[in-house]
Amino acid sequence: MNEIAPMEQFSEQPVVAACARAPVGLLAELTHRCPLQCPYCSNPLDLERVNTELMTAEWQDVMRQAAELGILQIHLSGGEPTVRKDLEDIVEVASKAGLYTNLITAGVTLTRDRLKRLKELGLDHVQLSIQDVDEANAEKISAYKNGLAKKRELGKWVREFDMPLTINAPIHRHNIENLPNIINFAVEMGAGRIEVANIQYYAWALKNRASLMPTRAQVLKSAEIVEDAKERLKGILVFDFVVPDYYAKTPKPCMGGWGRGIMNVTPQGRVLPCHAAESVPGLEFDNVKTKRLADIWLNGQAFQKYRGTSWMKEPCKSCPRAELDFGGCRCQAMAFTGDPTNTDPACKFSPYHAAFVAAAESESAEATPPAFVYRRLGGAKTDAAQ
Amino acid sequence: MNTQVTRTRVIIMPASKPALPAHIKLRHDAGRGRWHVLAPERVFEPDPIAIEILKRCDGAASVEEIAAELAKDYNAPLQEILADTISMLQELSDKGVVKA
Repeated sequence: MNEIAPMEQFSEQPVVAACARAPVGLLAELTHRCPLQCPYCSNPLDLERVNTELMTAEWQDVMRQAAELGILQIHLSGGEPTVRKDLEDIVEVASKAGLYTNLITAGVTLTRDRLKRLKELGLDHVQLSIQDVDEANAEKISAYKNGLAKKRELGKWVREFDMPLTINAPIHRHNIENLPNIINFAVEMGAGRIEVANIQYYAWALKNRASLMPTRAQVLKSAEIVEDAKERLKGILVFDFVVPDYYAKTPKPCMGGWGRGIMNVTPQGRVLPCHAAESVPGLEFDNVKTKRLADIWLNGQAFQKYRGTSWMKEPCKSCPRAELDFGGCRCQAMAFTGDPTNTDPACKFSPYHAAFVAAAESESAEATPPAFVYRRLGGAKTDAAQ
Repeated sequence: MNTQVTRTRVIIMPASKPALPAHIKLRHDAGRGRWHVLAPERVFEPDPIAIEILKRCDGAASVEEIAAELAKDYNAPLQEILADTISMLQELSDKGVVKA
């Protein structure tokens, strides 16, 4: 059975041919508000403020349009999506429109009653992120007290209501040694899936890269642990393993290829080909307030710009992997080489590859990593001013 | 956590009665002209045989009964179909797409 897996960032399988008509999934960043302050947050450094967020009716219209367009799955994300009091109203419309609804939550603000109501309204799946299974370390990473106990509580309710659960575990140098316990935690919580997701270095994570990067030896060890656990937990826990591409030889087919399978809507309604796309200059982002989703998907300048392979230059242009990895990630090419049309520095054919690997190796070798720059409104600026 | 029941891998047998869990959705997508299986953060495209098997996974029919029906419909040897059906359902069960 073939699988269309736009969220899966590492795959040696050729990506299934693009359905030009519509993306498979839509990531709805309902808000950038979040009680946690994890230093690897994928939200942009310039967080959007509450008074600029789309209204309930606007999100509901996005859901209806998504279903009409042919989108299959909605990932309700943030920030923390449950801080929006109208989450139920949005889920209800999405579910009625026939969309598969996935709630991506940190699990510290959701009550039992709300979860029950969300299930009744048709919520299909819960993805719960954890920072670590060591309470003190989890508090240090998230700058939030008592989070783990609240997550355990949520896990209990998820089991009570017989809802499917994925544990999302972002992995970095501060928790990679706890991976066996993190996997055990997912089993205890009754999860059917776990994402062992090494941090991808964009936005806040890029800012904190020197604090977070694990060593190559740690990553190799973690891959072994995952392989063993996969075999041991076959039929119990499904694994997704994402390695940090700093130690890769070929880049990931980021987003399954630009504008091929996923669209992302920000709290303000801007529609992006990926959540980090605003870091790439020269792109014009349309807004759901002024244009239809289908029009944006098919014709939007930001989607057309790096769609397919015609934008490529060497070494991508003549590369046999051009339609497997699509030159990797435009945002990473921009961040590391200053030119988004360069091949991703994760690629061994990139002239920047050696410097890219060296950065990870030297940062991860530091005995004492720098302190975190925590994710908060204005946090990145405060840090720069110091 | 002491109320937790230890989970074990489901092994598909001829007498197993497979079904799709509530959160797994077999849907026909008219726009794309194909079937999809919607699963947590995954979309599968089942091949024609998998579609025929999945449509029959109603929690009432046994694997043996499903295979017998397919053997008749496709005029194929039962033992072969049964073996293929079991191996496909085992794979799907390991992926969390069917329960039995």
